[in-house]
Order: sequence, then structure tokens, then C-alpha cells
Amino acid sequence: MSFLSFLSQPVSLSHYLIVGAVLFVCGIVCMATKRNAIGVLMGVELVLNGAAVNFVAFSSPFLRADSQLSLGLDGHLITLFIIVLAAAEAAVALAIALCYYNTHATIDVDEGDELKG
Amino acid sequence: MELATLLPLLLLLAWLLPLASFTLIVFAGPRLGRAGHKAGYVATGAIGISLFLSLLALACWLWHHPLTPSHHAETHAAASDDPADPTHERSEHEQSAPHTGSTASPLTGDWYTLAEFGSLRLTIGYYIDALTLGMFVMVSLIATCIHVYSFGYMHEELEDVTDPLASPSSGKPLVRAGRFHRFFQYMSLFCFSMLGLVVAGNVAMVFVFWELVGICSYLLIGFYIERKSASTAANKAFIVNRVGDFGMIVGLMILFGALGTFSFGDVAQSDGTVRKGIFSQVRPAENEHQLIVPDGLIRMAAASQMNSIYASVPSNEEAEELIGRRVAELRKVGTGYWLLVLAGLGIFCGCVGKSAQFPLHVWLPDAMEGPTPVSALIHAATMVAAGVYLVGRFYPVFAPEVLLTIACVGCITLFVAATIAITATDIKRVLAYSTVSQLGYMMFSLGLGGWAAGLFHLFTHAFFKALLFLCSGSVIHACHTNEMPEMGGLRKKMPWTAWTMLVGCLAISGAGIPAMLGMKGFGLSGYYSKDSILAQAFSVASQSQTYGWLFYVAAGGAAITAFYMFRLWFMTFAGSPRNQHVYDHAHESPASMYVPLVILAFFAVVAGWKLPSLNLPDLLEQARPLGTAEGISFAGEIAHPELPAEHRSHEETLHRTVSWIAFGTALTGFAIAVLFYLLRIFNPETVRKWLAPLHAFLIHKWFFDELYEYAFVKPTLLLSQVAAAFDRLVIDRLADGSARFCVTVARLDDVIDRYVVDWAANGIGRLTYRIGLWLRQVQTGQLRQYVVMIAVSTVALFLLIVVCRNLMLFQ
Repeated sequence: MSFLSFLSQPVSLSHYLIVGAVLFVCGIVCMATKRNAIGVLMGVELVLNGAAVNFVAFSSPFLRADSQLSLGLDGHLITLFIIVLAAAEAAVALAIALCYYNTHATIDVDEGDELKG
Repeated sequence: MELATLLPLLLLLAWLLPLASFTLIVFAGPRLGRAGHKAGYVATGAIGISLFLSLLALACWLWHHPLTPSHHAETHAAASDDPADPTHERSEHEQSAPHTGSTASPLTGDWYTLAEFGSLRLTIGYYIDALTLGMFVMVSLIATCIHVYSFGYMHEELEDVTDPLASPSSGKPLVRAGRFHRFFQYMSLFCFSMLGLVVAGNVAMVFVFWELVGICSYLLIGFYIERKSASTAANKAFIVNRVGDFGMIVGLMILFGALGTFSFGDVAQSDGTVRKGIFSQVRPAENEHQLIVPDGLIRMAAASQMNSIYASVPSNEEAEELIGRRVAELRKVGTGYWLLVLAGLGIFCGCVGKSAQFPLHVWLPDAMEGPTPVSALIHAATMVAAGVYLVGRFYPVFAPEVLLTIACVGCITLFVAATIAITATDIKRVLAYSTVSQLGYMMFSLGLGGWAAGLFHLFTHAFFKALLFLCSGSVIHACHTNEMPEMGGLRKKMPWTAWTMLVGCLAISGAGIPAMLGMKGFGLSGYYSKDSILAQAFSVASQSQTYGWLFYVAAGGAAITAFYMFRLWFMTFAGSPRNQHVYDHAHESPASMYVPLVILAFFAVVAGWKLPSLNLPDLLEQARPLGTAEGISFAGEIAHPELPAEHRSHEETLHRTVSWIAFGTALTGFAIAVLFYLLRIFNPETVRKWLAPLHAFLIHKWFFDELYEYAFVKPTLLLSQVAAAFDRLVIDRLADGSARFCVTVARLDDVIDRYVVDWAANGIGRLTYRIGLWLRQVQTGQLRQYVVMIAVSTVALFLLIVVCRNLMLFQ
């Protein structure tokens, strides 16, 4: 099982990337399967965090043999930006959820298809 | 103030006042009092003041140029002062030596320059001599009388008028608003135009006012525009006059083209130079005011020679010198003379139209459709005399041949019109033909060299013809008919009218007692003027047998004049009433109508009297064109006719003979009228049956109207019908065809649009719509589906890229 060989190797960039990918896929699956709007929101958070892990991993000089590919501080900055963005998005999304509840008396996203084409 | 500044000012005021009145009435006419009746006061006031100013001007003139007894040959011979000096020196010179001649030099100048285009100068100028002043006084005096008369005559126009003669298509008599102010508005415009024509100092101005009086005449003939006959008559007058004016324009073009000036006299310019007028170019002082062909006309006639000289000689001065010599040579052989004759004939052509001379006399009798005061003022006393006036004014320019033409035309006119007047039964038409005939006399006299006699007759005729017309108006006003056979015995009903009209009849017939037994002759105004015309004709006849017939025709015409005038008077006023109904309703006219009659009757009596300090012949003698006193002749290689000097006709023996002949003819005419219409010894009916063809000929007015109908009107109508048919059949069809073609093409275009272009555009639209509908199904509104779609599509995209990349790598 060569594709599981990373389990035996020391922790490197690819491990972080695998964590990020798993987070991302979890987030996507969460968004696609949860009918609760809060759940969807949580999926979004997972996706964002998956991406953020990738950025952090890419920008760390310790995680790679050649520091040439380093993103330097840019990766950290973008990660911080993603966190801020996630916070703001969560605020807006919660507000939308409240409004949605006001009109539909539920936060089941399947109940709302007013934007149907 | 000096005469040279005072007179133009006075006449300018007298001239412009009627214009002011016209303007006022145009803008405020219907608001001037009830139904605009105060417009009458405005117009009458204006012309009254004009009369006063004219009289003042005449008095000033006479103060500076006292009348000297005429007919002394030696005084005329000495009257050859330099006319190129229009300043005041001349009149002072004359005061110091009053016997240098009876001719006083005219005042010429410009009031206002309208425009200058190169050598063309259009000015409002004046040419003031004794004739101008006389005309001013005559026109304004008669106009004032007629304005006053019109108050009475036109009073019906103050109310709504029912016009039984107008026939609208509904068949009911026409009822229209009164047009009192309109009448006076036109009258004022006419007075302005007529005075402008008289005072005009150049031919361009004459032409403008010539047309203005024409349009006034047109407007006033058509005053009762609803009547078909009136509007037709107005058109006829206007169109016939256009024929004459065409000739006049030709004459003006020749004169301006050759002489480079429009003005009559020499005009002093502001820079001290003097522009030579037409008269001094045609009759230069160096040639003792005898007629020569001016350089300009010779150059025009021989233009090609002149151009070749210019082309062959390089320097301008040399060329001018050569041309000067050539012109002198050409003058000897008579080059350019025909142009002078043509110019004169052209000007006379205009006068023929305006003064209703044969062959353009047909409009004047029809013009009687206008109100009677208009007939009196415009179509008897003033406007129609303007043609005679213009011939008198242009006299220096006329070559002997032109004058003979004028004489012949006048002679034919006076005879033709007099014969037609015999059979006319419409009281106004008799007078109209009489006017034509008398105008013929004036032209006749002018043409035979009787300059003063012709214009003298113009003045006397103006008075008695205005009187006669106003009297006839008074009769029509009382009887409501124009037909003399309906009248009779009216003298008891309307004595003022009857007796003043008798005065008019006597005056026009030339009633008077010729000189006999050592007593001087004595008579009414017509006696003097007609005698002097006949005397001049006799003088010509005695000089040359060729023109003898002219005298006999004129003398015969005098007999006919007396006959038809007394026929008119007897039929209207004498005998017993023929139509009792008309007689019972007849009444004397109001004072505003008969007072002018009395005033005019007074002038009809005295206008010809030879008072020592004020008389017409001597006044006219002052205005005699320079160089015409000794008769008209032209020195050249070809023989030209010669006309004797007018003073020859004043010789005692000749004049006495003529007086008796005139007296005899007039008495004959009178006697025949008495026998037929007063004593009824002969019955006119029987004579009419005897001479049925002649009567028919005369009652149809020599078939002139029929002749013109077939010679001009019908062909014109035919031509217009042909043109109309051409329009309809060719041009209209062409236009219609192209329109139809356009419509067909447009239809085709429409089909293509609808079935091809529209189909394509709609098809694209519909296709897009379908696709849109189909794609719409993807948009479910389900949030979770979207997420899946995004994820799946992203993965699919990556897979696609990878597959493609691998495919490309391993190709």
C-alpha cells in the first residue's frame, strides 16, 4: 500500500496538505449534506480552514527541503485574512439565517427555493 | 427761407400727409368712431391740409416767378438759360430781369437716397416746376372735394350692407359689414401715390408711383368685390395696364442703359458736382436745347464698333478720344436715333395704358364698377390724366416721330370713344367714354406740339369731369340705377345736381362766345382749352396738308362731344319722367354732396379764364420744356417731320377761325341733341332702326372687347388649357407614375422585411429563448445542490485538464 507510505514517513509538507484536503472535503460534504443552515455554515468554516492550513503549511520554512518555494510571510497574512473573512462571513451568514427563520419559521435550507430560475 | 428749400419742404409735407392718414386708418380704421366713420375725417383732414400746403407752395412760386403774358416769340427764343444750374441763382436772376422769358427753371434735387449700386442710383427726388405745382393744387383740390362728397355718397357703408348685385352661391342677397374706413384708406393711399407721381424727380420713382396708383385703382374698382362684374373689371384694368407698363419698362431700360441716370433734371450733388439728368442730355444747352441723340444712345446703338475700338487701342484715353470722334461721325448719319424713338414709344406705351388710349382704352369704361367718387377722382380727373402728365413731363425726350404717333393715337381715341358714347345708356359709361375721348384730345394736342394746350385741357377737364361724375353719382344715389332710360325730368327733384351738371356739360362742350366785333371771346373753361387744342391742330394742318385730317377728326369729335353730353343731360334731367317709380323715390342729395358740386362747378367755369396775375396757360408756359417753344424738329440727314411752334396757334387770324369752327361744331352737336332729346322732333328710335348696323357696331363698342376676346383672351385661355392638359396628361402622370413605382418597390421591400429579415431576427430571439428556458432548469434554488455542483464541476474541470494534458503529452 504505497499510497499509505506517508504514515511511516516523518511529518512533512504533504501531511499538512493531506490534513488540509481532508478538512476541505469534510467541509464540502458537510455543506452538501446538512439541511440545517448552521451546519452548512460550519461546513463553510471547515472549507476555509482547510485552505488556511494549506497556506500556513506552504509558508513554513521548516516543512520543506528547499526554501525556494516558500511563500514567506504572505501565507500567514492570507491565513489571517481568511480568518477575518470567516468571522465576517459567519456574522453575515448568521444574520441571513435569522432573516431566513423570520420568513420560513425554520432554518432548513431545502425549504427555501425562492431563487429557483 | 429760400424758394429752393421751402418748396420741396412744403410739397414733401403735402405729399406725405395722405400717407400718414393711410397708415393711421390701416391700423386703427374700424376703431375710429362708430363703424370707423372718423376715418373719413382723418383722410379728408389730411388731403385738406395738403391742399392748403400746395396752395401755399404755388403762392410762393408765383411770388418768385410772376406770370408774364405769353405768346411772344421773342421771349421764348431768349429762354435758353443754362439748365445745368439748378441752384437758386437762376430765380434771383429772373427776379432782376423778369422778361428774359416765361420759362422758370425747375427745382430739382433728392430728398433721400434709397440705394446706390454702381452707377444705379435710386433716390426719392423731386422735380418742381409750375406744372408740378399746378398738378399738386389740382389733385389736392379735387381730392378734397371728392372726399367731402364721399361722406354723403358712402354713408351706406357705415351700416351692414345688403348688396343685391352680388350673387353668392346660396342665392340670397349678400349681407356684409360696411367698409367706410376701407374706402377712405384707399383714397388716402391714392392721394399719396398720385402726389408722389407728380412730384417725382426721376423715372424710377415715377414708375413706382405709377404702379401704386394702379394698385389703388385696382383696389377701388374692386371695392364691391363680391360683385362678379367688379372683380372682373378690376382684373381687367390691372392686366390691361400691365401691357402698357411693359412698354414703359422697355423705355426706361433704354434710357437708363444709355444715359446712366433716372433723374429728369440735373441734380446738384453734395460734393458740388452736377449729375446730368435725362433732359439735359437729350436737349443739351450747347445745342440750344434742341433735340440731339445723346452720346450714350449712340454708343449703345453702335456697341460692337465701340468694343472693337477699345480692343484695338491699348490706352484708355486714346480709345476715349477715338470713340468721341466716332460718335460725332455716327451722330451725323443718325445712328441711335431709332433707340431714342423706341425709348419715347416705350414711355408712351405706359401712358397709353394708364390714360386709356386706343388700343388699351377698354379697361376704363369697365372701371366704372367702382364707387362713383372713385370714378370721379381716379378714373376721370387724376390717375388717368397721369399718362398725359407723363407725356408732358417727358416731352423733351420725344422725337418728332414719337409725337406724331402720340397725335395719331390720341386722334383715333378721341373719335372712337366719342362715337361709342353716343349709344351708351349707362350714365357713368357715357362719362367714361367721354373721359377716354377727352384724354385722346390731350394726347392729340401734345402730339401735335401743343404742349401747353394739352396740359391746359388736362386741368380744365379734371375740374369739369370730376364735376360731371359727382353729379352722375348724385343721380345714381337718388335713383339707385345707372340707366338713363329709367330717368327723366329729374331737374325738378334735384335742382342743385341738375344745374351744376349743366355747367359741366357746357364746360366740356366748350361753350363760349368766340371773339367778334372787337370783343374778346368769352366762355367756360372747356372753351379755352379745347380751342387752343384745335388751334394747334389747325396750325399743323395749315403747315402740312398731310396732317390735315387730324384737325377735321378733332373738330368732328367736338361736335360729337356736345351731342352726347347734352343727350345725357336731356335724358336725365329734362322732359317727363320715364319711370314713375324711380322718379317718385328720387330726392336731392345732402349738402355734403352738393356743396362740392358747386365748388367744382365754379372751377369748371373759371379754370380757363385769363386773369392777369393767375391763369393756367401762363403758369404752364413757365414749365414749358426748354427748346420746345419753337416747335419740334430734328436736324439730321433724313427728313424728320416738323411741328410748328405753339405760339403760332395763338395768332389772331388763325385763332379766330378756329374759334368759330369749334363754336360751329359744338353748336351743331348741341342742336342735334336738342332736336332729338329735348324737343323730340326726331325720334331716336326711328334713326336707330334706319342705321341698325351702325347702332349695333357702336353699342358693341366697335367690337373691341369681342376682338380682344378672340385675339388675346381666348388664345390665352386655349394656351392655358393646353398647358393644363400637358400638366395633367404628362407631368401629373409622370409624377403619379413615379409615385406608384415607389409604392410598388416599397411593397416588395415590405415583403422582404417581413419574411426574411424579420424571420431571421425572430428566429434568433426564439432560439435564445428556448435555450434560456432549458438552462433555467439547472437553477433549482436548492443551496445544497449548488454546493455539490460546484464541487463536482471543480473536480471535473481538474480531471478534464489532467486528461487533456496527458493526451497532449502522449500524443
